[in-house]
Amino acid sequence: MNILKHPALSQWQSQFSSTLFWRKQLKQSLLTLSGLLVFVLCWQLASSQIQTSLGQFPGPTQAAAQWSQLVDEYQAEQQREDAFHRRQLERHAAMLAEDPATEFTSLPYRARPTFFSQILTSLHTVLTGFVLASLIAIPLGMLIGLSNNLYQVFNPLIQLFKPISPLAWLPLVTLIVSSVDLSSAWGSRSFVVSVCTVMLCSLWPTLLNTAVGVSQVPNDLLNVSKVLRLSWWRHLRIIVLPSAVPMIFTGLRLSLGIAWMVLIAAEMLAQNPGLGKFVWDEFQNGSSDSLSRICVAVLVIGLLGFALDRLMLMLQRKVNWDKTAVSR
Amino acid sequence: MQKTNSGMQKTHLELTQVGISFPTEKGPFVALQNVNLHIKKGEFVSLIGHSGCGKSTVLNIVAGLHQATTGGVILNHKEVTEPGPERAVVFQNHSLLPWLTVYQNVELAVKQQSDGKKTKAEIRDWVEHNLELVHMSHALDKRPNEISGGMKQRVGIARALAMQPEVLLMDEPFGALDALTRAHLQDSLMEIQAQLNTTVMMITHDVDEAVLLSDRIVMMTNGPAATIGEILTIDLLRPRHRLQLADDPTYNHYRHQVLSFLYEKQRKVEDLGSKRAEKQHHKTQASA
Ligand SMILES: Nc1ncnc2c1ncn2[C@@H]1O[C@H](COP(=O)(O)OP(=O)(O)OP(=O)(O)O)[C@@H](O)[C@H]1O
Ligand SMILES: [Mg+2]
Repeated sequence: MNILKHPALSQWQSQFSSTLFWRKQLKQSLLTLSGLLVFVLCWQLASSQIQTSLGQFPGPTQAAAQWSQLVDEYQAEQQREDAFHRRQLERHAAMLAEDPATEFTSLPYRARPTFFSQILTSLHTVLTGFVLASLIAIPLGMLIGLSNNLYQVFNPLIQLFKPISPLAWLPLVTLIVSSVDLSSAWGSRSFVVSVCTVMLCSLWPTLLNTAVGVSQVPNDLLNVSKVLRLSWWRHLRIIVLPSAVPMIFTGLRLSLGIAWMVLIAAEMLAQNPGLGKFVWDEFQNGSSDSLSRICVAVLVIGLLGFALDRLMLMLQRKVNWDKTAVSR
Repeated sequence: MQKTNSGMQKTHLELTQVGISFPTEKGPFVALQNVNLHIKKGEFVSLIGHSGCGKSTVLNIVAGLHQATTGGVILNHKEVTEPGPERAVVFQNHSLLPWLTVYQNVELAVKQQSDGKKTKAEIRDWVEHNLELVHMSHALDKRPNEISGGMKQRVGIARALAMQPEVLLMDEPFGALDALTRAHLQDSLMEIQAQLNTTVMMITHDVDEAVLLSDRIVMMTNGPAATIGEILTIDLLRPRHRLQLADDPTYNHYRHQVLSFLYEKQRKVEDLGSKRAEKQHHKTQASA
């Protein structure tokens, strides 16, 4: 008779462990919530103490009000766009009724940028810049990591360029981009300027981490590669790349974080469309709502940065072979 | 250079005056010196010696992973300068690729070896056959970090066997295994080796294993500048059965010879070691 192996007991045990699991979840969300609560309280208390030239500093309630205001503006803009297209269709139908052979060109709707369209612009820009930077940084990093000589050549350059602030790149990039004739395929000039600035600043963490990851393949695995006589290409694909993947992702996540920060700064400084410009415009605008709107924008910038990082983390979990290595 | 051995069997693998020194901060460290060994085709040779004497280094030189500083290795009348497909290695620490499954780890070696000559089905059969040999068929899709140390070692052995090498180089292949699995694998290895006439060079710490499996046991002196101390030829009939040999006087005689080599040496080493430690102790005291 073994009491410990009784089916009812083990059932009870599994139930117990599942309540344990839920308790842990509950505790975690409570802790997260309490953190948020403390923040909102502090914000409320602090804001009532701060007087600015634009009136009192907005608290959470004012910010929330502005948020719904921004949503309303967005919906109004949507309705206006729908109405525009409807009118145009009606006009075309009327013209067709008069003369079936009429040819006409549809007029594009010139949307006024809303908060949400600025968000989309920023996301589009940051992802383009980040992807381009990664496409350069990963292969280059692998080459540098594989060859000690190349590493010696590139290392001083990387150390030199890495600490350069985006604000220092911006004038140079702007001048170069405006001197080069861009075909329309590239999109607007300001887009190219933003993308290039983001690229130049977010290149370095991926480059360095890839190089380090590639150069740190364990000696045992290099020996395996030699004994199996893998070709250079297979050696790269089967041995080097997988063992460097964790480091590459560390670099990518750092790069994406930098890319997002740099982009907002660049948009503010260069008046390029995006969230940064939204903040700057509101700052220049100086109406009584401006401060609350800026608060909303700042929070959204933070949330989006967080979301981008989570996205990378998810991608890392998917790609990485070592499921235990990925944590926060 | 001796190409034939009493006109009967050709020397297959030949180590001549092999020595190696590693560059270290305190100047070159001579790990091996004057290692001479002639191995015939299909011979099973064990290397035995104390930890750190340079057994793995000898194996790595034969594998082509290290270059001898003096002397050289000749296999089939050609000098060994790099790893080759005819020499498979079972590494001391299994060295499986952690991002590949058990199956894929072996498959990689088979694909690499067959060079496009095997069909997909043939590759699959061959990989499965070799994993079957080491009793690992149940874990084909597991990653190395999901299996035990002994299981990893078995996959490492399967990977080497699957390459159908002329020379099998094994660095303590059964070290991490429990007694039962070890006995089973030793028997399989003897069978496979008899079947394929593979030349085997195996490092071991286990005297019983060495005597049971080997045609010759190479006993190494302690480093630095380690070399071959004695070579013991094991004249036991094959196939050998561990149970029958347990009471065999010749078998026990061989065991005794190896043990006495190791223990005599070891006592010397301990003396040397303690003297050295004392010296160190005095030095540190003097400098303090
Ligand atoms: N790359 C290296 N650089 C410097 N010294 C080395 C290097 N490789 C091995 N050695 C030294 O050579 C000696 C022999 O090492 P080796 O690994 O061959 O020992 P071993 O007999 O295999 O020991 P064990 O039984 O513990 O595996 C050791 O003293 C070791 O410190
Ligand atoms: Mg060793």
